[in-house]
Order: sequence, then structure tokens, then C-alpha cells
Amino acid sequence: MASVCDFYPTPVSRPLPVALAEGSPAERPAPAEPPSPTVPLTSLDDLWFQVSGTVCNLRCSHCFISCSPENDSFWFLSREQVREALADSVEHGVKEYYFTGGEPFMNRDILGILADTLALGPATVLTNATVLPGRRVEALAELAAASPYTLELRVSLDGTTRETNDDIRGEGAFRRALDGMERLVAAGFLPIVTCMRSWPEEDTPRVLADFRELLAGIGYDRARIKILPPLQMGQEAERTGGYRPYERVTRAMMEGFDADQLLCSRSRLVTARGVWTCPILLDTASARLGDGLDEAVEAPAVLSEPACWTCYRSGAICSNLPVGTETDR
Amino acid sequence: MSLRDGAPAGNPPEPEPTHHRVALFGGVYSNHLALEAALADAGDRGVDAVYCLGDLGAFGPHPDRTVEILRERGIPVLRGNYDDSLARGLDDCQCGYTDPRDNHYARLSYRYTFTRTSPEHRAWMGTLPGEIRFRLGGHRVLCCHGSPRRTNEFLWESTTPTHFLAALARDHEADIVLGTHTGIHWSRGWGGWEESGRTGSADEAWPPVPPAERPGLHVNVGALGRPANDGRTEVWYTLLEASEDGGRPTVRFVPVNYDHDRLAREMQDEELPEEFVETIRTGWWTTCLEILPGKERARGRH
Repeated sequence: MASVCDFYPTPVSRPLPVALAEGSPAERPAPAEPPSPTVPLTSLDDLWFQVSGTVCNLRCSHCFISCSPENDSFWFLSREQVREALADSVEHGVKEYYFTGGEPFMNRDILGILADTLALGPATVLTNATVLPGRRVEALAELAAASPYTLELRVSLDGTTRETNDDIRGEGAFRRALDGMERLVAAGFLPIVTCMRSWPEEDTPRVLADFRELLAGIGYDRARIKILPPLQMGQEAERTGGYRPYERVTRAMMEGFDADQLLCSRSRLVTARGVWTCPILLDTASARLGDGLDEAVEAPAVLSEPACWTCYRSGAICSNLPVGTETDR
Repeated sequence: MSLRDGAPAGNPPEPEPTHHRVALFGGVYSNHLALEAALADAGDRGVDAVYCLGDLGAFGPHPDRTVEILRERGIPVLRGNYDDSLARGLDDCQCGYTDPRDNHYARLSYRYTFTRTSPEHRAWMGTLPGEIRFRLGGHRVLCCHGSPRRTNEFLWESTTPTHFLAALARDHEADIVLGTHTGIHWSRGWGGWEESGRTGSADEAWPPVPPAERPGLHVNVGALGRPANDGRTEVWYTLLEASEDGGRPTVRFVPVNYDHDRLAREMQDEELPEEFVETIRTGWWTTCLEILPGKERARGRH
């Protein structure tokens, strides 16, 4: 299961109505009225692919779009579909490519898709690392070695113990993820371990130390760890009380704010059913911005969802690296 | 500014100078010994101009010394993110670290540098331009710190596609874009200025040809402040030379030998972190590791 499933916990599955997803612009809901601000695309830096749709080999209890082996509300992207978007991306000057799902390695074309991508630029795959047998890892290592661009594997975990993981992900998922990661490390990769913060912020140093110890145990002694801020959705909302009514991005808040901090100002998500604002909002009908990239880059993002508040406060949490604050030139 | 909008960065108030052979560096990080050595080396090579692409302080000892050297020699300097932070009295260096360990060392370094940079030098940093333009032969050169659109943007070799670089150069009306921010030198050409020996794809239809209307070149000129995470104690600057036929300029990365043991001792005397000293002595980065892409980090030791 890819990490979008991992970082946005909600048990609710709200498949997009097909008519809405595939309809013409006139059939789509009108953009939100004030007070929700809109953000135009400044530059298309990050291009995301919902490469395995909502299909996953796991069925995590906290997945915000309920990815599972049976959830086909978003189907796989074919190699040809990805190629088409990659070709368009050249014109748009895209800088980085991200692949998510579902579990991207459930897509049988994934190696070909990554080969096509790594001929153009850097690729990051968000994975649960449970479907990475040795042969596949070898193939990934060959792809990485053949490209001047980096191939990043971002592995999602829910903490540092079998209990914290398997309760959510299913029996054996923790061990299989560690085995997959061990093979990646042995092949020369430095996976980015991704975990949503479910502990008080002051405990983060201790948790990081636990992660380092865990990963050192599989031979990964210079672990790259990415802690994501919690989104107050689904089960996390039950634990924390969810977003407060005032926790919405308003137009006033955007005055003087560096919109480059928001993923939607520089990113779009390609799915088998059109192009969306960002991976977080896959289940949000109004986040579908067009059939293809050319249309979607012209449409502004609407910051009407509660999750936009977290992105506003924490920066573009889905990218590998945070965007530094603006330095005027 | 936008890549897609093609917004130019604006014209300088004075005519752009024209050069034939230029030395360029950035990321001095208070390494006054390497700076002296690099300037002497560039002088021996007969350059007709020297440019500094910013980040004068950080990491090393006695930050005022590098500023004094550059100002005394009248070397054009542009404003890096560190210089910008010092000039504006910001809380941090604007590198955007989220890793607690990287943040810890970044804070130590910034606090040390801020308190030991004279107010007069900090004010001077605030007057530095965000970009510098000149001509190399007939080609338009744009010097920036991170990228032409953002001072603190990281453009690593392994995370920056050629079509992105071509769009950046096109949108900012340059044939050659020079930066430094990441601290590791590299270069890439396009539209006929590709590196010799670079092999093409076996699949002729893929990847799609970048939309380069004219040839272009991107160079990270390297950093003088600390080694390039390559296990060597030398630091690097760049010689850029116009070609006689008006074609692709020559890019040469020059390793600088300097008294790194002395720098290490000065850092210890100033009670700078032992991790920084280790980098100077070994050539391997020990901090700021979070920002490295997997490919670049895998080449290092930490």
C-alpha cells in the first residue's frame, strides 16, 4: 500500500461518481465560493501518478481511500498512459515524478514505467515494501544504476513495532516490509522510511532513535526517515477530535503567504480517470481538474478541504523534501 | 516567478560585461584559507573575471575574514540564502531542514556565524544582488545562487531533468545558468551542448526530445567551504572559458588544495562542532545529509 493510504487515515470510502469523474467541465461542480481561497499552478514541478489506482495488496484499517485488493474505483495506469503524460510533462518543465496508489508494485507494468521515467528525470515510488522479492529489487537496482537520475523508494511504516503495524496493516505486514527494505538496502538503495506522527511532538527524538535502532537491525545504519504531520481525518480525527471549525484556510491567511509551500501550487496527480489536484484529495470530486495535463494546469486548486489546513501549516508534506521559505531576489 | 510564464528576471541597470575566461565559486562558508588559495590559483590561470555566487558564512571559523577578502579584492558577489538571512536578521539559514539532527547543527552554525559577522558586513550583504549577468563570448550567462527562480532551490544532478533546466534557461533568457547552493559541482548541456561521450537512448522514440530552441548549459560551480562529499579534502571552483568557434564553452572543475589542517584547528579553537571538523579532515559530509538525494548520498559515507 502506498503511503498516501498510510498518511491519511480515514475508514471512509467515497468513490467518485463516474459521471462526475468523467464528465465535461460544465458538469462538474462550480468552484467553491469565498472564503475558500484558490491557488493557481505556479509551475508544474512535481507530477504524481496514481499508478496502481486504489488497488493494494493490503487493507489497512486507516487508509483514507480504503485501498484494498478489491477497490477498483481507480484502476491501474498503463505504461502507455504514463508515457503520454511523461511526454506532456517535458513541455511543462516537470522536475520530479512520484508514483503512488494503492501499492505501485501491484501494477505489472511498473518496471517499464520506471524505466521510461528514469530516462527523463528522478522517480520516487511510495510503497509498503511487502511485494519486493529479490528479483524485483535486482531489476530496480539495474534501473537505478542505468539512469543519471535518482530512484527513491519511500517505505511506509506505522511505528517501530510489529504490534503498531500489524494491527493496522494485517498479520505479517511488518516483517514483510522489513524484509523488503532489507533487500533494498542490500541492493544499494537508501529508502526513505515514512511515518505519520501519532505521538506528541516532544517524543519525536525518541521515536527517531527507535526507528534508527530498528533499521540498523536490518543493516540500514544511515536511515532516512520522514515524519509526516498528522491529518485530523478518520481514526486520527477520533483520537484528536478532528479539525476545529476554524481550521480552514481562508483568503486572509493567503495574504503574504508563500503559496509555493503548498503542493497544489506546483503539482498535479494523473489518474486513470483524469487529473487531480493532489494525492490527498483523490476522493474529492471538486479536486478533479481536467481530463489531461494541459487542462489541469490551467485550473486553480481550491483550498476548501480540512486537509488543506495541514498542508498550509506544515508545507508540502508529500514531497521528498520540504520547500524552503521564499528568499526574495 | 514562473517557469511556465516565462517571466524574465529583469534587466541589470548597467551593460553586461563580456569575458573570455572566468573563475566562479560559491559556498565559501567562512573557509578563508580555501578562498585565498582559489583566488591565487585562478590568478595563475589568467582569468579575466572572478565571481562569487553567495553563501559567504556558515560552517567555518571567523566569518568576517572571507567578507574582507572579497570586498578588498572587489570581487562581484551575489546574495545567497545565508547572506540574505544574516542581512535580514532571520532566525535560520533558510535551508529548510526538517531532520532534528540537521537542524541542530544548522542552528549552531547560524548562531555562531551571525554573532561573529560584523553589523557592517551584514548590512553590506543586504546590498548584494540576487543575480549577476555577463556575456561569455556571445553567450548570455546568468549567475544565481540556487536557481534563477529561487535563491534556496536545490538543483542536484540526480534530481534535475534536462528539460527542466532548458525551460529554466529559456524563461530567464540565458544560455548558461550557473549556481552553487547544493555545494556539489556538476554540469549538463543540451540542444547540441551535451557532454561528449554521453550515450543516447537505445529507444530512438524515447525519451522525447527536450524543447530546446537553442543550446544551453547548466553548471553548479561547486563550493569552496567544504569538500564535495567525495572523500577528498580539496574543495572546488569552476573555470568557464568561451570557445573560439562560438560553440559550447569549456567547463573545468578545479580542485583546490589548501591548508585544511589549519582550518580544522581554527574550527576547534572556535569550538565549532567536531562533526564539521571531521568533514574538513575527511572529505565526507557528516551533517546537512537530509537534503541529499539518494544517488548523491549513496556516494558518501554517512
